[in-house]
Amino acid sequence: MVERRDPLLIVDGLNVTFDTPHGAVAAVRDVSFALGREKLGIVGESGSGKSQTGRALLGLLARNGRMSARQLSFDGVDLLRAGEVERHALRGRRISMILQDPKFSLNPVMTVGEQIAEAFRVHAGASRREARDRALAMLKAVRIREPRYVFDAWPHEISGGMGQRVMIAMMMVPEPDLIIADEPTSALDVTVQLQVLALLDDMLARRGAALIFISHDLNLVASFCDRVLVMYAGRVVETLRAAELHAARHPYTRGLLACQPRVDGEGADLPTLHRDPAWAR
Amino acid sequence: MNPAASVEATGLQVAFGRGRRSFHAVRNAGFSVGAGGSFGLVGESGSGKTTVLRALAGLLPPTAQVRGRMRMHGESLGAVRPRALRRRMQMVFQDPYGSLHPRHTVDRILGEPARVHGLDSIDNRIGEALAGVGLDASFRFRYPHQLSGGQRQRIAIARALIIEPDVVLLDEPTSALDVSVQAEILNLLQRLRRERALTFVLVSHDLAVVSHMAEALAVMRAGEVVEMLDVAALRTAAPQHPYSRQLLRASQGYDRAAGSEF
Repeated sequence: MVERRDPLLIVDGLNVTFDTPHGAVAAVRDVSFALGREKLGIVGESGSGKSQTGRALLGLLARNGRMSARQLSFDGVDLLRAGEVERHALRGRRISMILQDPKFSLNPVMTVGEQIAEAFRVHAGASRREARDRALAMLKAVRIREPRYVFDAWPHEISGGMGQRVMIAMMMVPEPDLIIADEPTSALDVTVQLQVLALLDDMLARRGAALIFISHDLNLVASFCDRVLVMYAGRVVETLRAAELHAARHPYTRGLLACQPRVDGEGADLPTLHRDPAWAR
Repeated sequence: MNPAASVEATGLQVAFGRGRRSFHAVRNAGFSVGAGGSFGLVGESGSGKTTVLRALAGLLPPTAQVRGRMRMHGESLGAVRPRALRRRMQMVFQDPYGSLHPRHTVDRILGEPARVHGLDSIDNRIGEALAGVGLDASFRFRYPHQLSGGQRQRIAIARALIIEPDVVLLDEPTSALDVSVQAEILNLLQRLRRERALTFVLVSHDLAVVSHMAEALAVMRAGEVVEMLDVAALRTAAPQHPYSRQLLRASQGYDRAAGSEF
């Protein structure tokens, strides 16, 4: 991995608020971190703000969402002041995002293969024919058994797991410097998940690129990433080296680790999580 | 046939469609669970595990071709089943968001199976069913959208138990839930099994969930049972079949070396 002194991404005091009929809801509260050329995991349960943190970095909030931060910069570019043109130049080519649900993120009126080939044409300047060949190779690389068949399929014709692999293939095409992946493998079978993550891992290592891996799966994040942020009620409650996750101090992190069933467990009742209102303060 | 078995399947095959377009979802599955026992079916998508469960429950589409034998308490589970037999087996589905009628109150959701099976004192039964899954009476007139995922799954369990079955089929009962909520639901299921001497057949893609809940399990792949495992043995020794080993290794987190070997 390429070591550089300046962080690639600086997030300082990020807040995301949604206006709802019941008043403003704070989804992300004062989140700060610096990201080097590393794999950073963000873990937490539903509603912890992990996905909104990822989306805010690309300015992809829903219409009723507002964000603010003291600083938000990517490789020297101030993302808070960047105009649409500047952001457009970053999105896809330098920062790409793998979204959780392929049903909503793939273009429904374009075949799967055309969408991947388009990524090659736009970002890598490949010819139509070359783009097609490379898209087929990419589908094969994400372990799709019949790439030719899937190339010509429409997004509604493929399964959720296949859709996730198509998204991953598409986002890896431009070989960006930063990939933000929100539950990229949650619909995949565990053995396929391992193969797809290996592919992503190799690309990141080859490019010296950074990854933000948003997931509810602590064990997966701890085994895949270098560092982990644990979020609860919109805040980062603990930051750990991934290898030290099992020595976590915060009672929430410890509670989450304890309540998971284990293959080598004793079969006794699982500890449950007792939430302390102080964690959310 | 094992006389002590509560649920038993032998040489089960399920095919959909006819002729050249037919698809064998289950090629050969067999297992038996004793009364009060818990048996797990683990496998990845397309392995046929849910189809086995649906075959037991009698929920396959009428066009499905089923071969082999399925029995419950020694009685044959065929295409047509007497109501008394149906009452003894209930199923809990994967998605608590999709399996409850969005425009029925909890009261109606729980009352319906009791009425279908002609039970009396339905009012009391609904109250007891709610209490049994750890929910108080205030939940009775709520709609599913007013409940959290964990509460919905509790309602789905209450709906299965209200007619007092002795076999419960569980299809990925916690895969849509956060781990902290999963722990609560798994504990609830284990408590109900102990208290009511229920027999479980559980389907999950998660080896950890299955080995936590069951005493024995079958690993399925491409419609076939590739290995039967005793959970106690799984804790101390690796499985024999290469695919079971892969599944075990993959369930322990990311491992770059394993990613190339599969």
